[in-house]
Amino acid sequence: MSTSTQTINLGSLEAIALGQGRCFIVGGEEIAVFRQRDGQLFATQNRCPHKQGPLSEGVAGGGKVICPLHSHKFDLVTGAGSEHGECVKSFRVSAVNGEILLQL
Amino acid sequence: MNTPKQKLVVIGNGMAGARVVEEILKRARDRFEIVMFGAEPYGNYNRILLSNVLNGSQAAADIFMNPLAWYRENGVTLHAGVRATRIDRQRKVVIGAPLKKDALAYAVDAAAVPDAALVEETYDYVIIATGSRPFVPPMEGFGGTGTFLFRTIDDCDQIAEYAKTCKEASVIGGGLLGLEAARGLMTHGVEVTILEAAPQLMIAQLDPESGQMLRDTIENMGIQVMCEKITTKIVREDGRIKRLDLKDGSTLNTDMVVVSAGIRPITEIASVSGLTVNKGIVCDDQMRTSDRNIFAVGECVEHRGKIYGLVDPIWDQAKTLADVITEFNPKAEYLGSKLGTKLKVMGVELASMGETKPSLPEDEVVVYREPSRGVYKKLIVRENKIAGAILLGETDTAGVLMQMFMSNSAVSSRRADLLFGSSTGAPVLSVFDLPDHAQICNCNGVSKGAIKEAIQIGKCHSVSKIGGCTKAGLGCGSCKTLIAQLIEAYAGEVVDDASEHYYVPGVPLEKSQLVAEIRQRGLKSVSAVFRELAGGKECPASKVGLASLLKTLWPGEYDDERDARFINDRVHANIQKDGTFSVVPRIYGGVTSPAELRRIADVAVKYNVPMVKFTGGQRLDLLGVKKDDLPKIWKDLGIPSGHAYTKAFRTCKSCVGTDFCRYGLGDSIKLAQEIEQRFQGIESPHKMKLATAGCPRNCSEAYVKDISAVAIEGGLWEIYIGGAAGGTIRKGDLLLTVKTHDEVLKFMGRFMQYYREHGKYLERTYHFVERVGIEVIRKIVVEDSEGIAARLDADIQKAVDAYVDPWKEAEVPAYPGQFGAPELASVLEVAENNGRFP
Ligand SMILES: Cc1cc2nc3c(=O)[nH]c(=O)nc-3n(C[C@H](O)[C@H](O)[C@H](O)COP(=O)(O)OP(=O)(O)OC[C@H]3O[C@@H](n4cnc5c(N)ncnc54)[C@H](O)[C@@H]3O)c2cc1C
Ligand code: HEM
Ligand code: SF4
Ligand code: FES
Repeated sequence: MSTSTQTINLGSLEAIALGQGRCFIVGGEEIAVFRQRDGQLFATQNRCPHKQGPLSEGVAGGGKVICPLHSHKFDLVTGAGSEHGECVKSFRVSAVNGEILLQL
Repeated sequence: MNTPKQKLVVIGNGMAGARVVEEILKRARDRFEIVMFGAEPYGNYNRILLSNVLNGSQAAADIFMNPLAWYRENGVTLHAGVRATRIDRQRKVVIGAPLKKDALAYAVDAAAVPDAALVEETYDYVIIATGSRPFVPPMEGFGGTGTFLFRTIDDCDQIAEYAKTCKEASVIGGGLLGLEAARGLMTHGVEVTILEAAPQLMIAQLDPESGQMLRDTIENMGIQVMCEKITTKIVREDGRIKRLDLKDGSTLNTDMVVVSAGIRPITEIASVSGLTVNKGIVCDDQMRTSDRNIFAVGECVEHRGKIYGLVDPIWDQAKTLADVITEFNPKAEYLGSKLGTKLKVMGVELASMGETKPSLPEDEVVVYREPSRGVYKKLIVRENKIAGAILLGETDTAGVLMQMFMSNSAVSSRRADLLFGSSTGAPVLSVFDLPDHAQICNCNGVSKGAIKEAIQIGKCHSVSKIGGCTKAGLGCGSCKTLIAQLIEAYAGEVVDDASEHYYVPGVPLEKSQLVAEIRQRGLKSVSAVFRELAGGKECPASKVGLASLLKTLWPGEYDDERDARFINDRVHANIQKDGTFSVVPRIYGGVTSPAELRRIADVAVKYNVPMVKFTGGQRLDLLGVKKDDLPKIWKDLGIPSGHAYTKAFRTCKSCVGTDFCRYGLGDSIKLAQEIEQRFQGIESPHKMKLATAGCPRNCSEAYVKDISAVAIEGGLWEIYIGGAAGGTIRKGDLLLTVKTHDEVLKFMGRFMQYYREHGKYLERTYHFVERVGIEVIRKIVVEDSEGIAARLDADIQKAVDAYVDPWKEAEVPAYPGQFGAPELASVLEVAENNGRFP
């Protein structure tokens, strides 16, 4: 049994437009949640490791997001970045009964 | 029987060191336990490409040839950031000292980490591959802030970083590297001057005439060249470089100095260890130093009295050394190399090989000059073989000439073929006839055999695929024609790498094919395109480009999925570096009113806008606006969006024209307002900035706009297209001259529509007009040679009719959370992991 994980309800899935991301502030931390057109949800840290661009405002799809500031790319599952030495934290997230549940 | 491995220590992890290890592993994978010392804290990278790193055309990360993983995979131990200081030949041990993090790897006195434990490695054999360091001619004040050399990745980083604080930079040395450094510096926005001690540039590779022509070419690029200048002193004020004092008494103001005046072999380790050192570490034809168990390779070597500063000879040395040390061919010998090279400066085509002037009375000299195009070609033929050649301005035949020169082949009796290609179209040099071991890519040492294998077995049928597979063609690029000929010879036909022509990376179709498919299948949304044309695979990098295309193809009918828009187009404002936005209201033709200005001022006060700035497009920018304030600001302004954030019609600047100006010939203000009213919000492959000028004095800078109208005597308007005044500066081409404002609007609109349909995504008009050609465009748009003018007019009219001010979304957001600030997650439910996640 794991004790260190927390499940947080971020409210209705409808708050995120289809195919887009949205930034949530959870306990002071900015977290980007993405709702892909095929129904998959992803969550990563919101700030780009490059120059703090807001990833939630980036174009996403195919399990990736492109930072809106300088177009560095990040894998939404692993957090791996397109540029040498850059990666983001990713979190588990899912939808249950139309609500977004984030696991920290 | 299992003989224990012998231990090989390689000192220097540059191009020669890494290559010799690769060659050894190829011949005998398990023979040696290999340990490398590298003073630079990295794996091996392609030093040749540093020029591209400095000029920004390649990222540092892209030039690594042996990343750290390579060493692990091949069982090679690398002491990165450790400098070997001595070879104890009695104990057979190499001793190394870890360098400080910011130490200059090649400096004689590179700072070691104090008190750090020394690294000791025993050996059976040693290979020294320490390369060379830049030579600094005697001058006062070199070293310290603002002075740089150009040898390593760290040098490149530091030069680029420092250039940001400078206006003027000087490069001391006008050789191959100096020129590449100067061109690289230019991309960092500094004024560059080259100081050369000799009377001409590239004295080692050019004759005086081509030296002068190269100088003209370089100066036309905006780099100042001064020859016969010797710097005696670098003068500083308040710790920053102020100027250079020159030997002839003159001075030159400058903020930074890069010295590139030749190289000197790094030999200290050989001399302290008692090996024979002259100019370089002296080696025999088997690359052995004066100690039988110690070899050397690369720029640190002196072989038969010669030192080499190019990679091509090094590849040959590395092969010989590997043959000998692995006993693969114990009798292998290296007998010296011929030298040929290509300048890798964007915008200059130059190749040179062998001798630059005739030396024997029988030498035959063939020269072709065409000063108006900056073309100069010279050939020195001796005993029907190439003894030297210079190609400037046009280097199509450089690869072939280099092959013939290197392989000492007899040449065509029609010398012109060698300079221009054969008149019959048959290849001047049959690639079929070259032996498999002939080296095609001299930069990366790739043989014909290796390329043939990639074509026949690896099925690489495009030049870029061959590069990906063998590294051929990825250095200076002069062998690309030969690679293409090889593909032709062995695979029938060169395949253009199609992906380079895809409209977007995620859908494997060129623009015209893509448009045809979209029309035929009636695809009106981005997700439909992925579903039908990309096997259902979403590609985020393709979304925005597809959205732009679909919107153009289906005016009024396009199914606008907002997730396919870039953030700017989602919220109709321009994202700034801190995540805030800028708001630019439309100010038609740059003419505003006191009431409008007052509203803008009120808004700026009410929403605490941190900065209000006049833009280059004759309007006002409110910068630093929070996303959730956007809709409120738009409502309060009551002015439509200026589309300053998107790939679309931006503005039409104007000059004061006939209303007030005493030179005015046409009503430039009224026309600009009409243009802006009509075309506001029209989307296009890239942004369109327009202007009108009331006379050719051009106060509104109309000649350098994407599309513009300039009034001339006789009540006429000239329409220009394809101008630019951003990173690229280009005067627009005159499309035609018309009489009325309506005609101006008609032809501007027709051209816009043609550009909207045929421009590549993110292709500005100046590229588009150059690519398609002004004559072709004029035929289609003015003379209607394709009979599509009426359709173009109708389609642009549709787009005009479909215009809606996007800021109207202030009233009714297009989707939930469109202007939402980050949402504070009220923690509704906190639970231990209760099994909801598998
Ligand atoms: C900007 C630039 C552009 C160039 N362009 C071209 C070109 O277009 N065509 C061409 O043919 N050539 C070109 N060259 C030259 C080419 O890069 C060199 O000929 C080649 O790199 C030499 O290889 P090397 O291994 O002998 O030396 P290097 O590549 O310099 O490698 C030597 C390595 O050994 C390290 N080292 C030195 N002493 C020690 C020690 N005691 N212990 C441990 N490590 C040590 C050094 O730090 C260095 O990393 C260019 C060079 C530069 C700088
Ligand atoms: C009496 C005649 C002229 C009048 C009334 C006039 C007026 C103007 C005005 C009002 C501007 C806008 C300035 C601003 O936005 O700050 C301007 C800009 C400009 N003028 Fe003139 N001008 C005249 C002559 C000229 C001439 C003869 C030239 C060139 C030979 C010229 C070149 C320019 C240029 C290049 C600009 C653009 C500068 C910028 O946008 O920053 N002008 N002019
Ligand atoms: S372009 Fe000609 S008409 Fe317009 S303001 Fe300048 S000088 Fe006057
Ligand atoms: S801030 Fe994300 S790419 Fe620069």
